[in-house]
Amino acid sequence: MREKYMEIMHDYPFPEYLKKSIADELERIQADEETARKVIERCHEAYLRNLVEPGEAAGIVAAQSIGEPGTQMTMRTFHYAGVAEINVTLGLPRLIEILDVRKNPSTPMMTIKLLPEYAKDREKAREIANRLEATYITDIAEIVTDLRYMRVIVRPDEKALERKSLDREKLKKKIEKSLKIEVEEQNGEFVIQIEEPSYKKLMDTFDRLRRLVVSGIKEIRRVIIRREGDEYVLYTEGSNFKRVMKEKGVDFTRTVTNNIYEIYEVLGIEAARNAVINEAISTLEEQGLEVDRRHIMLVADVMTADGELKQIGRHGIAGEKQSILARAAFEMTVNNLLDAAVKGEFDRLNGITENIIVGQPIKLGTGDVELRVKLFTGGDK
Amino acid sequence: MKIKLQDHILVPKHEVLSEEEAKELLEALGVSREDLPKIKADDPIAKEIGAKKGDIVRIIRDDEFTGKNVAYRLVV
Repeated sequence: MREKYMEIMHDYPFPEYLKKSIADELERIQADEETARKVIERCHEAYLRNLVEPGEAAGIVAAQSIGEPGTQMTMRTFHYAGVAEINVTLGLPRLIEILDVRKNPSTPMMTIKLLPEYAKDREKAREIANRLEATYITDIAEIVTDLRYMRVIVRPDEKALERKSLDREKLKKKIEKSLKIEVEEQNGEFVIQIEEPSYKKLMDTFDRLRRLVVSGIKEIRRVIIRREGDEYVLYTEGSNFKRVMKEKGVDFTRTVTNNIYEIYEVLGIEAARNAVINEAISTLEEQGLEVDRRHIMLVADVMTADGELKQIGRHGIAGEKQSILARAAFEMTVNNLLDAAVKGEFDRLNGITENIIVGQPIKLGTGDVELRVKLFTGGDK
Repeated sequence: MKIKLQDHILVPKHEVLSEEEAKELLEALGVSREDLPKIKADDPIAKEIGAKKGDIVRIIRDDEFTGKNVAYRLVV
């Protein structure tokens, strides 16, 4: 029967998902062909009634539909987003972050899915987590400065080394390579001799040693393993999409970060558009606010229309408007007018804002159409 | 293992239109090339499908709520 329903709807201009839900409903009530035709005809009427009319101010409706729920958002909410112990910025600050396209969001976070052979096994998931998590030398060894002989001593902790699947040889090489200093091994300890007797140099070496990442990815500060359904998923504090996606065992296709700019750089403009939509929707939903997807899609479309991810606001969409008056109406009125005057700019009054300012009819709704009257000139009749 | 960026769940399907298809599309929409949204020539996906400046890229978005819909971008 479903094919029959679909066939009837074939010539109707419904979007794909609407056809599907109508067919579902018809199937549920076991409609025969005649009823189906009637139902679909009624749906068509309702569909046409609900379409956005030409000239409708879709942008303003979107702005209001996001803005009003925005007023109900809590100002500062730090929240544990379902995942144990990972702190994620939510609520209004997060929404602002998304629309401003911050290059460094305040709480970057990744959701890493694993390839099938790793996802089922907790041990293997643990192994990947160890590979990703930034390990500092202080996590696996004790660092001591020896003022008398002007040297730094590193005492590795065997147990910690094993836990992070490292060995002394690797550790030694790593220190030598990144500090470019000779390391001597003396009964289980690494001794770094400072050449000239300078206290400053000793402390510098000590500091650099403390900040040295022995294994893992510097940005990934913490990894948490969680079981979701029948697979293990890694959640990380900190994000480095480019490096994580190349890591062995990571299912790159399903791994995401909440840093939208990173997605834009690695996966391009269309992925960034999707990321903006997903992040904005989930931020709003988390606060219990329901905003229609299409309003957010419009915002995302505007942000990505020029092929690069642009923020809404002074340094993006609003700041690049061609009309001087529209820019001045948004922010920094005097600066904008002054700069425009210095450059000798010209406002052609094509847009909405500038025409409201000067008090002319605007090209929206009924203002966008022109009326012509056909005069009756047919004689006596 | 070579990573194919297009396999990622966030990336919809991109394809380059042929010259005839592009012409047909612009006629059907009644717009000029420059009126379309843009995609940069150095966009990772544009590079992957080998789109050149001036090409039109068809993007088939498969949204779980709004279903399949098609968008176009001009490579700049």
